[in-house]
Amino acid sequence: MKKGVMRPGHIQLRVLDMEEALAHYRDLIGLIEMDRDDQGRVYLKGWTEVDKFSVVLREADEPGMDFVGFKVLNNQVLEQLQGELVEFGCQVENIPAGELNGCGRRVRFDSPTGHMFELYADKEQTGKWGISSTNPDAFPMDLKGMKATRFDHCLLYGGDLDGTLKLFQQVLGFDLAEQVMDENGTRVAQFLTISTKAHDIAFIKHPEDSKFHHASFYLETWEDVLRAADLISITDTSLDIGPTRHGLTHGKTIYFFDPSGNRSEVFCGGDYHYPDHEPVTWTTDQLGKAIFYHDRKLNERFLTALT
Amino acid sequence: MTTTAQAFNTRKEQQEPRCSSPDVSEQSYLVQVVNRDSWFTARSDKSLLVGMELDASQTIAVGCRGGGCGMCKIRVLAGKYDSKRMSRAHISEQEQAEDYVLACRIYPRSDLVIESDHFTVKPEL
Repeated sequence: MKKGVMRPGHIQLRVLDMEEALAHYRDLIGLIEMDRDDQGRVYLKGWTEVDKFSVVLREADEPGMDFVGFKVLNNQVLEQLQGELVEFGCQVENIPAGELNGCGRRVRFDSPTGHMFELYADKEQTGKWGISSTNPDAFPMDLKGMKATRFDHCLLYGGDLDGTLKLFQQVLGFDLAEQVMDENGTRVAQFLTISTKAHDIAFIKHPEDSKFHHASFYLETWEDVLRAADLISITDTSLDIGPTRHGLTHGKTIYFFDPSGNRSEVFCGGDYHYPDHEPVTWTTDQLGKAIFYHDRKLNERFLTALT
Repeated sequence: MTTTAQAFNTRKEQQEPRCSSPDVSEQSYLVQVVNRDSWFTARSDKSLLVGMELDASQTIAVGCRGGGCGMCKIRVLAGKYDSKRMSRAHISEQEQAEDYVLACRIYPRSDLVIESDHFTVKPEL
């Protein structure tokens, strides 16, 4: 049941070197640099995104993810969900408006898989980058690199998948769109949606908590994914795997790493989900095909290389 | 001849290199991997891990190649190298002092003797 959560709104990532990270996220993936703050953080977004930013980079000693934020409909929803998060047993913290430039009050909370999440109702809306909202042209002329359209979702690794599923379904109103079940009936992967996308966030079971697998950015076409692969070679960027297709969600994809080892994905296509749909199930004996539909086998790195 | 500075900087050719590695000409060094009873040749202008891949060796596990995931954690037993910043989640200050490194973040400056396969997943207690 929908609870007033709208979409993934931002992700804050830690990088070892800001200039190298900007060469990756801004110049290669093609995100737009929107702002910087007095902590040295850099704010970016995909050109189709209406809110001011969706990716925040912070220089640190240890790469990985600080948090993912979801935008909710309004402040009434924010108040309501804050209470429900406390009731659920989350550690809840108020982050004052303005701590991120242009973002309103955020409600930060932990999760059974160890990841930190946030809800917020207000963020400055600067509109789609480079085009008008009246009689808009198809796209702006001067996009860079892969010309990523938006931050789409992320995949996180941790232990207590059932606990985090309960949090996202019962408190935040997400649906389980796709899952991987092992031979004992244990769920080892869960793809959750708050929209009609096959995933707005996903989790895979892993012995270590609070790990980050990838942040994903949306492209329009398979041709765009192939062109992204060319750009990865042109720039000698660290490749993980692809171009290929996933069995899960059926998205067409390529995976690569930022210069600090955080994994990025650009993808296109994929299944859709409505609230009356039963979850799509893959079984672990077909895990290779579920993850990499063409190779039909996993590479060790996909399960092990995390930040 | 490609200089180290140019090699580090292929993605932003107009800018100064930010990494601290000195400007030396490309050289090749022999890298002995004692735990695998094997060796490969590594270039001074590439990270040790990428050098291993270019020499078609599989003696060090390959992960992110960016100092983040820890899969290529090794110990350098002998030889000289320069290093870039590595994730503190995988190389503590004490380990760094004991020559534990991520192979994707070091650049050989002499022949090396190394021990690979030091990566471990740390399960929650």
